[in-house]
Amino acid sequence: MEQSGKIGKEKLSCRGITKSFSSSSGNFEVLHDLTFDVYENEFLVLFGPGQCGKTTLLYMLAGLEECTEGEVFHNGEPVTGPAPSRAVVYQTMALFPWMTVWDNVSFSQKVRKAEKKVIAERTQYFIDLVGLTGFEKSYPVQLSGGMKQRVGIARAYCSDPDVLLMDEPFGHLDAQTRYMMQESLGKIWENEKRTIVFVTNNIEEALYLADRIILLSDCPSQIKKEYRITLPRPRSLVSPEFLKLRKEITEQMNMSD
Amino acid sequence: MKKKSKLKFQIISIISLIAFFAIWQLLTDVYRVIPSTMLPSPVKVLQTIGMKWSVKKPDGSTLPQHILASLQVSGLGFCLGAVIGVPLGVIMAWWEKADLSLKPVFDFVRTIPPIAWIPIMIVLLGIGVVAKASIVFLSAFIPCVINSYTGIKATKTVHIWVAQTFGGSKTRTLFKVAIPTALPYIFTGLKVSLNSSWGALVAAEMLGSASGLGYMIQMGRLLSRADLIVVGMIVIGIIGTILSAFLDSLEKIVVKGEVR
Repeated sequence: MEQSGKIGKEKLSCRGITKSFSSSSGNFEVLHDLTFDVYENEFLVLFGPGQCGKTTLLYMLAGLEECTEGEVFHNGEPVTGPAPSRAVVYQTMALFPWMTVWDNVSFSQKVRKAEKKVIAERTQYFIDLVGLTGFEKSYPVQLSGGMKQRVGIARAYCSDPDVLLMDEPFGHLDAQTRYMMQESLGKIWENEKRTIVFVTNNIEEALYLADRIILLSDCPSQIKKEYRITLPRPRSLVSPEFLKLRKEITEQMNMSD
Repeated sequence: MKKKSKLKFQIISIISLIAFFAIWQLLTDVYRVIPSTMLPSPVKVLQTIGMKWSVKKPDGSTLPQHILASLQVSGLGFCLGAVIGVPLGVIMAWWEKADLSLKPVFDFVRTIPPIAWIPIMIVLLGIGVVAKASIVFLSAFIPCVINSYTGIKATKTVHIWVAQTFGGSKTRTLFKVAIPTALPYIFTGLKVSLNSSWGALVAAEMLGSASGLGYMIQMGRLLSRADLIVVGMIVIGIIGTILSAFLDSLEKIVVKGEVR
């Protein structure tokens, strides 16, 4: 595997993970024997066609789904269930509708009973970082889709996780908002470097954000190819290099095995 | 613009109320389509309310005494039903062991209409406050359990995941996530309970009592005083409306944001 000097140590390690669901018509395998690592402060994108088990894979990294075979390690420790060190940003946003923006973002800190002063500082910092200053007292129902997902990102960041897992966070947004959010997330990540695993089926989004892209095949998903993206940030969506990579990966994805 | 249309609707509702009473008056006192022994006119009802405010005849208590007696019994039964029913529903929905052990008993008890308990309660506890409050309790308790159970079960898995990934324990997740989700359902349960507890109260008072609005209605029937019956019905309607409105405003204060 090609490795540049920038790579940190392994954060998450997947070793031969397989997932199958049993139904009345027999076993249905969605993931087959996946082995890969996620490195410290890396922005890894899991990219593949729709319905290929990307979300399931992310939930397995989070500890929300069990592996049928194989194991996931986080800093060398096996993952057995959800933990505060691995925060998730959900496609459906999953904000608490009865809580204000402030209460949603500070939720994780309150659960772990942090000091009041620490909670207030951290919460304000991340609300400011995602650009929601002034909306602290709004309820989710009063926010637009893009703003809701900003709350979701701030909430995940505010819990001070070791790894951020994002499940198609911009999947429900319109094209314009989606583009804006990709740009913001890129900036947020540059300001607050974290290890991020990001699931998407949008090639532009993948190329815009990723340090590395893992291309997954159709069901049952296997790793088809890996790409290290070294284009300078912030990236241009129309630069010749970007378009070339975009074409290459799209062709690779559509190629049958 | 908005204020104007609101005013318009208020005028329409007032007109419909006036029309209702006018037709009632026309059918009774004016054209005498229905004899006053069967249905008293609205004027007669108002006169009876005024008279009953201070006169004990013919049923033994003044109207305020009847109201107080009914409120006492229904308040006691309803509060007990809510205080026991809501937590029971929550516990059954949240902890599987409680669900498995308590649900079969509850499912059996809830199929028995509360009114069917009246005879055995009179035999066991007499015709005092305790017997009637027990009937009210049974009828208030069941909707409280069912609705809070449904509300807790309506908690989204992804919301539970959020709490779990942030390290929330089962109990903490219940208080921070499941109960806020269930609150609108719990309030629906309380409102249904309020209605059915008044229903059970009136039934209990009709069968065995010495005061209360249900007793007054029953006496009206025995004494062929239709005006007393209608007065009882109207007062029950008014009290029910006030209590429901109180629960509605409490819900608006307690339930934040938009929970669905």
